[in-house]
Amino acid sequence: MTTTPGSSYVYVTYIRTTQERLWDALTTPEFIRQYWFGVTITSDFRKGSPWKLELPDGTLGDSGQILESDPPRRLVIKWRNEWKPELKDEGYSRCVMELEPSGEAVKLTITHGIESGQGKFIEAVSGGWPKVLSNLKSLLESGKLALTAAY
Amino acid sequence: MHDDAVFRALADPSRRRLLDSLHRSNGQTLTALCHGLDMTRQAVTKHLGILEQANLVATRREGREKLHFINPVPINEIAERWIGKFQRRQLSALSALKKTLEEKRP
Repeated sequence: MTTTPGSSYVYVTYIRTTQERLWDALTTPEFIRQYWFGVTITSDFRKGSPWKLELPDGTLGDSGQILESDPPRRLVIKWRNEWKPELKDEGYSRCVMELEPSGEAVKLTITHGIESGQGKFIEAVSGGWPKVLSNLKSLLESGKLALTAAY
Repeated sequence: MHDDAVFRALADPSRRRLLDSLHRSNGQTLTALCHGLDMTRQAVTKHLGILEQANLVATRREGREKLHFINPVPINEIAERWIGKFQRRQLSALSALKKTLEEKRP
């Protein structure tokens, strides 16, 4: 991945759970829908498999492929926007999810970067990731959501 | 309590300037961060350490370089705790108005 300024973002959160539970939370569509504002993810999360994200109204939001899958440690998704032409034009981004034990918690690091374009796609997702991750943390730790809708 | 570390880290103007710099241009090296900010390398290293402890800065090694990224997740958690349940749109409309008015000042 290149390091063009602004084309890569890193999100880190510590969640009091196990690597296995967090992996399941990241790869189980019924669970994802709860913390990811109703989106539907379709994939079997095996290396080489297709991956897609549909918005709550059924619109295809993003699509791509699983590049690496090493449960419960590392997942890499090739990821392109499909519904906004100016974002789709930027091509494929790369989203790396890393799960590492850290004391009684698991450190989740999400690195989302793109090699081409003006970084518009990465900027567009940058508002979303913190909300999705806060919700995921809240759901895993307390069983409750921090937010029920994106604002 | 993790919030304490976040607030302590944010309570220093130099550290807020470092975060502003990363917000403008994410993924900077130590050298790039020192450049442009009127701070010694030693001071920047110290402040980055405190920001990293508070999980406000994440780092990644790339070849021989260590890149620094602003991590917005802890700030988002604080925002949701006190602001998220109110009408966020009204708040952002108010801050946009404030910004516009202030920019118009001679």
